Amino acid sequence: MRTILTHDRWLRFVAKPVLFSACLVPFVLLVKGALDADLGANPLERVTDVTGQWGLRFLLLTLAVTPLRRLTGWNRLLRFRRMLGLFVFFYISLHFLTWVWLDQELNWGNITADIAKRPYVTVGFTAWLLLLSLAVTSTRGMMRRLGRNWQRLHRAVYAIGVLGVLHYIWLVKADLLQPLIYAGVLALLLLVRWRPRLFHGVMSLGRPINVR
Amino acid sequence: MLIKKPADIRPSEITDPADYAGRRAFLKTAAALGIGMVAGPAAALVKVPGRGTPMSGLVDTPYGDDLEPTGYEHVTGYNNFYEFGTGKEDPAHNAHTLKTRPWNIVVDGECEAPGEIGIEDILKAFPQEERIYRLRCVEAWAMVVPWVGFPLGDLLTRFKPTSKANYVTFETLVDEQQMPGQRRAVLDWPYREGLRMDEAMHPLTILATGLYGELLPNQNGAPLRLVVPWKYGFKSIKSIVRISFSRTLPETTWWKRAPHEYGFYANVNPEVDHPRWSQARHRLIGEGLFSSKHRTLMFNGYADQVADLYRGMDLAKFY
Repeated sequence: MRTILTHDRWLRFVAKPVLFSACLVPFVLLVKGALDADLGANPLERVTDVTGQWGLRFLLLTLAVTPLRRLTGWNRLLRFRRMLGLFVFFYISLHFLTWVWLDQELNWGNITADIAKRPYVTVGFTAWLLLLSLAVTSTRGMMRRLGRNWQRLHRAVYAIGVLGVLHYIWLVKADLLQPLIYAGVLALLLLVRWRPRLFHGVMSLGRPINVR
Repeated sequence: MLIKKPADIRPSEITDPADYAGRRAFLKTAAALGIGMVAGPAAALVKVPGRGTPMSGLVDTPYGDDLEPTGYEHVTGYNNFYEFGTGKEDPAHNAHTLKTRPWNIVVDGECEAPGEIGIEDILKAFPQEERIYRLRCVEAWAMVVPWVGFPLGDLLTRFKPTSKANYVTFETLVDEQQMPGQRRAVLDWPYREGLRMDEAMHPLTILATGLYGELLPNQNGAPLRLVVPWKYGFKSIKSIVRISFSRTLPETTWWKRAPHEYGFYANVNPEVDHPRWSQARHRLIGEGLFSSKHRTLMFNGYADQVADLYRGMDLAKFY
């Protein structure tokens, strides 16, 4: 039998598994750290920080797919977008679970009170709810069923980005450098979409884009 | 010479005669004479980790006999000291650039005998006691630290504060070369903290010169820092170069930066939340990921000793 490594097979059997494994690295390191009791002086803070930061990073990576596609003209990049998006959901769910379970110790009274009265929690929780709705509608079947509404719904990813960065800015005590770096990257990625002309020289390198 | 100016303070002016009656005062005297400190109380001092400069002649005290100190690695490897970076592990990595000798502390303001005192003189003049205190950070984590130090009041009285001295202000060194975190205006340098005079004179309030039986590591605020165990950690200012008596309320760093979040008093209080998180419970550093939180005690467990200082005050208003 002849094996042809077509682009499609390459994507499915090589590129995607490699990317999938790479995306799991931060999680594997956390689990290893937890098993070795090697998560520093304040393990809860470490887990919360690592899962939140990686959630934000994967979110920015997801948002970078379309601009990168325009830049490189490599349309197949789009095939990785769903996986990246689901990893945002994965890490932010871990982040949320860490808070609910380890930080709040499943005290539902406190949890709901915090969501209601502390703006950075409200914003973070809202972002997670939106992520949840995108995750459950991420299948092909849901795409088909929702039709044009699917795209409308999935534009919520921009709101999630803004809420996520806001959540980070609001929880910092004094040093805004880190969250502002995320804010800057997010702003750039949004500008590329909404004001593409600003980037005309760079973006015209790629092939014409078919909207999806 | 102990104090550069004036140099003529007699011991009787420094220590309240009533203190001589107490056990600690006896030990102080003994320490000053360099006798009898080897056996007895020394046996109960915490085990020295052998990582820094050991301190000799330490006076054992009953403070915190019932507390289990947090591991040395955590006490010296995880803390806030923005002068060396805003990450909790930054101070341990970056504080080696701090030069703690020579080191002088200027004392001025509303006092009859303003002057300057060097760290070596401080170490010689005041019997260094080991006191194990709880430390509660405003970020809802806590440690138990075996400090070495002496009552702040013992130092303050030497400079004869006047009746107008209602508050004491402390300032940390400003030097971008030695404190790289100061190259960014994360806070309004110098770091400033303050106490009401009665808080400053309270016997629980100490100036720390060491921990775990050794001279303070740089990252913990060498060579001299404040420790006020019933207040959130940020009140306990590090690497002090100036102490001033004042009539009016001093403008302290975190309070001025975010007055709705950090008050001047900053007393540990489980009933008054930080606007962004609850202060009812805290995590104890050194415990595992899955261990539960601990209930935070009023005044960090020192209510019996300090609650009187705030009688009649609305602690939700004066947080």
